[in-house]
Amino acid sequence: MKHIITINKANLKNTAAKGGCGKCQASCQSACKTSCTVANQKCEK
Amino acid sequence: MIHKYKLNGLNIVLDVHSGGVHLVDEITYDLLDNVEPPFEEECPKWVIEKMMRFHDERDVVTSYKEIVKLYKEGILFSEDDYEKFAAYSVASPIKAMCLLVEQDCNLRCEYCFAETGDYGLGKRMHMSFETGKKAMDFLLENSGNRENLELDFFGGEPLMNWDVVKQLVEYGRSREKEFGKRFRFTVTTNGMLLDREKMDFINREMSNVVLSVDGRKEVNDRVRKRVDGTGCYDRIMDKYKELVDLRKNENYYVRGTFTKYNLDFAEDVLHLYNEGFDQISAEPVVCEPTMSYALTEKELPAIFSEYERLANIILEHDKQGKHFNFFHFMLDLDQGPCAIKRLRGCGSGNEYVAITPEGDIYPCHQFVGIEKYKMGNLNDGTFNTDIKKEFAAAHIYSKEDCKKCWAKFYCSGGCNANNYVYTGNILTAHKLSCEMEKKRLECAIMIKAAKAAEELDAEV
Repeated sequence: MKHIITINKANLKNTAAKGGCGKCQASCQSACKTSCTVANQKCEK
Repeated sequence: MIHKYKLNGLNIVLDVHSGGVHLVDEITYDLLDNVEPPFEEECPKWVIEKMMRFHDERDVVTSYKEIVKLYKEGILFSEDDYEKFAAYSVASPIKAMCLLVEQDCNLRCEYCFAETGDYGLGKRMHMSFETGKKAMDFLLENSGNRENLELDFFGGEPLMNWDVVKQLVEYGRSREKEFGKRFRFTVTTNGMLLDREKMDFINREMSNVVLSVDGRKEVNDRVRKRVDGTGCYDRIMDKYKELVDLRKNENYYVRGTFTKYNLDFAEDVLHLYNEGFDQISAEPVVCEPTMSYALTEKELPAIFSEYERLANIILEHDKQGKHFNFFHFMLDLDQGPCAIKRLRGCGSGNEYVAITPEGDIYPCHQFVGIEKYKMGNLNDGTFNTDIKKEFAAAHIYSKEDCKKCWAKFYCSGGCNANNYVYTGNILTAHKLSCEMEKKRLECAIMIKAAKAAEELDAEV
């Protein structure tokens, strides 16, 4: 590819069908407490 | 849907529904303004003619082919087909709890959303061991098949009720086996009462600890005051260093709040780094817009530019082998949470609740005192599942502003409490919070992209 460099490998769509196990941390428990960022959480499956 | 932006000399394209992140050249950046699915095999003539005013024809043609290739691979202009999953967003087991063990505080921080500890309720209270036990039982009994249970000791200042904290940890541990669960205890403290005994206990039992400090002494002390009006910086910093050192620098955050008083908050993040901390969070203040320190739309340009400056500081430090985490720029593009998790975000009111010293149950710590959202009480055994259902159904497809927003899979619909406090409706996005979140995400993605570009350069 000459014009475009893709920097990530994962596709979010692949996580939908088998997602939602709920093992991961609740996102407000770490360091925010007054806002919400979810994408910085880790999948713990 | 794509979101493209320029930052730090990079042309970044985010494919919203696949999470694909691409670095593109100028031709492609312009071309993406002119093409969208359905794609023809060859670049349409009118597009070539339009683009040829500024770019070489051959480049336009090859760039178009690359766009189509990525589209076919499902990582550019990918379709939004998640709404069907959102439709199944039913009530979940409860897995996380914020325990307000102390509704009192030994500081009088000007901006405190808990109104210096009592959440505006006019009563300063301690949680009894009995109520704490009931809360933990409630969590154990309502956690379904969830194995990891999070329990945050919060306040007010939780260390003011230290004996109860210790007893509750012991109680929780004693019941883990019976229920086949594991408690992850965390504590959020202002540091005033930290001593070696507490540090050792925290470091042994707590999977994460959040240490409140706003950064530079003058910034911190202007708002984080003791009852006598003096600042707390000198009292807490050495204690924090000792605790983190004893913890081997793992699983902690020093967490600050920034306000209109310190719009140069990157300096506060840097100050905390220079003081030896490498896990740092700085949150925009949540308060009435009329307060003198409130952040309003007027401050947005300054906040945006400061986030960008902070992102650059982080990149520069990285180059010198000096690494630190800024909580809101942490992003894992490959191993982040699944799409289902991203539909609903924090889980407040559904899989996360807060408990007051009186045993009242609220959707989260920020809802405490809002009668409409009082979910029940542990002492009389009430629990309003209608409120739980309302929160379970609060996802990015039930929030009109979120549906069409490029950031929806990163903030997951934002903070329900912020939405309620500022707009009166948990489903209505608080625009100011959204704008800041979007800027943070742009910076976070840029940092990832810049590092990836650097690695590619190094390989060439």
